[in-house]
Amino acid sequence: MASDIRIKAKLNGDTAEVKTLMKHEMETGTRKDKKTGETVPAHYITEVKCELNGKLVMTANWGPAVSKNPYFAFTVKGAKAGDVLKVSWVDNKGGGSSAETTLG
Amino acid sequence: MKLTRRMFMQGAAAVTALMAAPRALLAWPEKAFKAGSSDEVMQALFGSADVTESGSVVLNAPDIAENGRVVPISVSSSLDGVQSISVIVVENPSPLAASFDLGPGASADVSTRIKMGKTSNVIAVVKADGKLYSAQKEVKVTIGGCGG
Repeated sequence: MASDIRIKAKLNGDTAEVKTLMKHEMETGTRKDKKTGETVPAHYITEVKCELNGKLVMTANWGPAVSKNPYFAFTVKGAKAGDVLKVSWVDNKGGGSSAETTLG
Repeated sequence: MKLTRRMFMQGAAAVTALMAAPRALLAWPEKAFKAGSSDEVMQALFGSADVTESGSVVLNAPDIAENGRVVPISVSSSLDGVQSISVIVVENPSPLAASFDLGPGASADVSTRIKMGKTSNVIAVVKADGKLYSAQKEVKVTIGGCGG
């Protein structure tokens, strides 16, 4: 399930500008299904981790207020061509996914 | 299923591995995300609501968000030793939208998109060298992003 995270990284000197897009419904748990009138249970990403060559760079803790199909951009210092950048997420239902890209 | 010594050892090893895992793995701040006001969020996240407004924290958000479901927010800071960046939407039912823990390899510069229920102040809180700094901005929302 690597295809549901898209990573774009641009190396600029020794900093890498990273843009990611994740596929996730990010259900708040307050929305009602219009047909059934029942509340749609909360289902959202709680944690996103970014690692550079296996070393944790950043952890994003999210609540349901992050938009559907989340966009997340950040900058990594001390990066060089050939470094492996990994992004992974877990959600409140125990689901998860990860993807990685090689800088260069 | 009989519990053999090997299974027990594997179980124990797994538990140890879980406990030794980086703190961040287990640190999703549930209390802060369940908090109902921005002061409660700060107390839960930092144990203090004592923040200084600072020009060194830059919060970029639109003046008017036509669609509250997708409001682009970015926060950056020129402060040294930034440990975390948090985004609080004061009028949201759960004000804390996101909180970023920065390791030594991360720049203090994050962008994401958030949902806003209605017009609200958005506060960016940056923790640097153990102190809290903030910037805020009002974002007008024409169509809410909660429920619907």
